[in-house]
Amino acid sequence: MTERSTRIRSRLGEALAPIHLELVDESHMHSGPNQETHFNLVVVSEAFAGLPLVRRQRRVYDALAAELNSGLHALTMRTLTPAEWQAASGSVANVSPPCMGGSKAG
Amino acid sequence: MSILNRIKRKLPVVGGSAPPPSSTPGVASARPQPAAPTWSPPEEEQESNVRAGRPVPEFLAEFVKSSPVVLFMKGSPNNPMCGFSANAAGILRNYDVAVASFDVLSDAAVRDGIKQFSQWPTIPQVYVGGEFIGGSDILMQMHQSGELREMIDQARSAQGA
Repeated sequence: MTERSTRIRSRLGEALAPIHLELVDESHMHSGPNQETHFNLVVVSEAFAGLPLVRRQRRVYDALAAELNSGLHALTMRTLTPAEWQAASGSVANVSPPCMGGSKAG
Repeated sequence: MSILNRIKRKLPVVGGSAPPPSSTPGVASARPQPAAPTWSPPEEEQESNVRAGRPVPEFLAEFVKSSPVVLFMKGSPNNPMCGFSANAAGILRNYDVAVASFDVLSDAAVRDGIKQFSQWPTIPQVYVGGEFIGGSDILMQMHQSGELREMIDQARSAQGA
């Protein structure tokens, strides 16, 4: 496992105590010498209960602030409560868009 | 070719200095968006002039309320420069609502400033009725759940648009 993905897992683990976490490095989908810049993330945590999506994603961004300030460029994100995860039968579509080459600078 | 024709034909880039698309093999092009016969494209503005030298926070506070839907993106709805921005613009095409878009690549101060203003680290960013709702993942989920329709309807009637 690569360095940033290890840190992402550990930071999210501490902040959100997820019961399920999927993290896929999608940096290869993007142009340029990108390394660990684009990730696809599914987080299932009780901490999201009662929060609207915008506040759930903010919790994730807050936990990853240091990464976002050091080259993490984009996250495709699904944030679910355990109940929602169960209702989705443990699987959610989370398709990242293709790169269009518009930005190299965060 | 007119703007409308470009949209119909989904030509992403016409001339200009846009960088070439990703050459990664096996990566599909942008997902097709549903046809939207009622959507009328926003005027292609000289967006870097929209701010007209005003302080960024002051400009943003005003701009996010300038239309029922406001989209900060990379590129323009007709010429998006990022897949996430393209998705957001594509979702909004399903709604018959005025969208004011701002190309953050045209104004570095706004590109940084909107992240502070919204307390949100990524682009695109969407406001509906002056309220921040999130980026492309949230927009897609609210589109699928019907929540976005509700919010847009409210924002539109509030503005009498």
